[in-house]
Amino acid sequence: MTAHPTALPGHNRFDVAESRRRCMRYRRRILDISQKVGALHIAPAFSCLEIVDACYHGLMRAAPAAGKSPDTFLMSKGHGCMAQYVVLEDIGVLPTSDLDAYCTADGILGAHPDYGNPGIEASTGSLGHGLSMAVGMAVAERNIAGKDGVPGAVYCVLSDGELQEGSTWEAILMGSTLGLTNLVAIVDNNDFQSLGRTSETHPSFYPVVEKLEAFGWESIEVNGHDAGAVYEAVAARKGDRPYFLVAKTVKGRGVSYMESVPIWHYRAPNPQEYRQAIDELREIAS
Amino acid sequence: MRNTFGEVLYGLAKDDPRVHIVVSDISPVGSMAKFREEFPERFINVGVAEQSMIGICAGLALKGMLPFAYTIATFALYRPYEMVRDDLGYQNLPVTVVGIGGGVIYSTLGGTHYAQEDIAIAGSIPNMSIIAPCDPVEATEATKWLVQRKTGGPVYFRFGKAGEPTLTGPDSDPWVFGKLRYLRKGTDVAVLSYGVITKMAGQVADALVADGKSVSLAVCHTMKPLDREGIADLLRRHAQVIVIEEHVPQGGLAPQTKQIAWDIRAECRLDTFTLKDEFVHCYGSHEDILAAHGLSPERILTAVRS
Repeated sequence: MTAHPTALPGHNRFDVAESRRRCMRYRRRILDISQKVGALHIAPAFSCLEIVDACYHGLMRAAPAAGKSPDTFLMSKGHGCMAQYVVLEDIGVLPTSDLDAYCTADGILGAHPDYGNPGIEASTGSLGHGLSMAVGMAVAERNIAGKDGVPGAVYCVLSDGELQEGSTWEAILMGSTLGLTNLVAIVDNNDFQSLGRTSETHPSFYPVVEKLEAFGWESIEVNGHDAGAVYEAVAARKGDRPYFLVAKTVKGRGVSYMESVPIWHYRAPNPQEYRQAIDELREIAS
Repeated sequence: MRNTFGEVLYGLAKDDPRVHIVVSDISPVGSMAKFREEFPERFINVGVAEQSMIGICAGLALKGMLPFAYTIATFALYRPYEMVRDDLGYQNLPVTVVGIGGGVIYSTLGGTHYAQEDIAIAGSIPNMSIIAPCDPVEATEATKWLVQRKTGGPVYFRFGKAGEPTLTGPDSDPWVFGKLRYLRKGTDVAVLSYGVITKMAGQVADALVADGKSVSLAVCHTMKPLDREGIADLLRRHAQVIVIEEHVPQGGLAPQTKQIAWDIRAECRLDTFTLKDEFVHCYGSHEDILAAHGLSPERILTAVRS
């Protein structure tokens, strides 16, 4: 069992072995849901599961009794919300009955997060909206805290496709211009979009870290399926400017036939495929 | 009107930490410059980046703030349309989108700067309200309402630029959000308008008074939610109703007034005058561009006297 010390005040200790067990459980829960409702983005959720886990279980400060965390999580890649739902269910924010009624007429949860639902701080779904909202939230938190207070941090998870949206770069420019040290963006860099590998369709997309640094953010690249590495990198940030973690991931991680196969962006496995997926699930070491 | 907005906003915002002003590379005039100097932490210039202007306002509002996005109407509403729809409308956030120069008021800048479809576009978004003051008095009252409200959704605030005359008189109704307002009351003819072109509506009303008619001049400053009852009452109480608006024929006051007239089986004569469904390629004064769209007091009077 590896427990990481905290680098910035307020962060929890993060148990990597626990995280691996949780993420395996989360993948199973998502696969189970896929057998009731076919409308879900499994591969995009599996891509960012360790990132979301590291945010909620490590980086974000614990909620006080009868309250919510002083920090905010914003899922800019709204189609990855299944990863957020299963974590919210696990930490007791989202009732199981709500997740059981996912995408049904009796429920409240859809395939993109809706503001007002338990634990959902903003509605997303169209790409390129989240980071600007995160910038506005970070400004508000800074103004609420005042000069001497510790502002709430805002953690925003983006898809790499969102870095093709001009609006995301507008927000990147503003994040550093406004000196938002309480803003952390994490890009789920699985190198995949509907028409193929980004590195092949848009080679100039890379390098990413250097672009972000040129825009005034602190940025490094880590393995996005190593929740400990995600946690450590963010917790150890300098904190003198906004932080952008480039998390290298594999779309569909954890199920062999889904990994980096575009059709699994929005497809549910049939019963046979489901059984194979369940059999394959292992704790992902890195 | 623009300066009035700045003054009133400054006066109320300095004691209300919820108020944030987010502008897109537009020079803060008068009192807004004062706000920027005194409260730099609540004044954000995003630069030429309107999508982030709206998104940042949404983020501020999600954390309990009361943001005002401020730039030229076309750039405030059209460029970041999906942000206005999803971030503000869908989430129903109390953000005011201030569009300066609604209609064709930027008469020398050409079609890229004409917000001639803005009411239809903003009005099509669920949860969105629209306020379009006709003079500095209405701009003052509307700004007060926008800052002092405790809840509510997004508002598109359409106004002119500078130098609009005061049309409100001693007998005018008070300004109430969502209520039709009579600037003056008569019994024969009603002229109904909103926004900057109300000045022309007043000229038409004056000419009809000179013809010997008793004329009402009413303004529909809140274009959404529309005061359907107020308009129905106006249609019932006048034998002739004239609607004048600076907006394309679809989605504005003219077609909605006709809908109401049909619904209540109104018996009055109803003439509507709007911008054409066209981009005009000419330059000049505001009046010149309106005339190119067929809107002038003379043409309207010729039509309504026939």
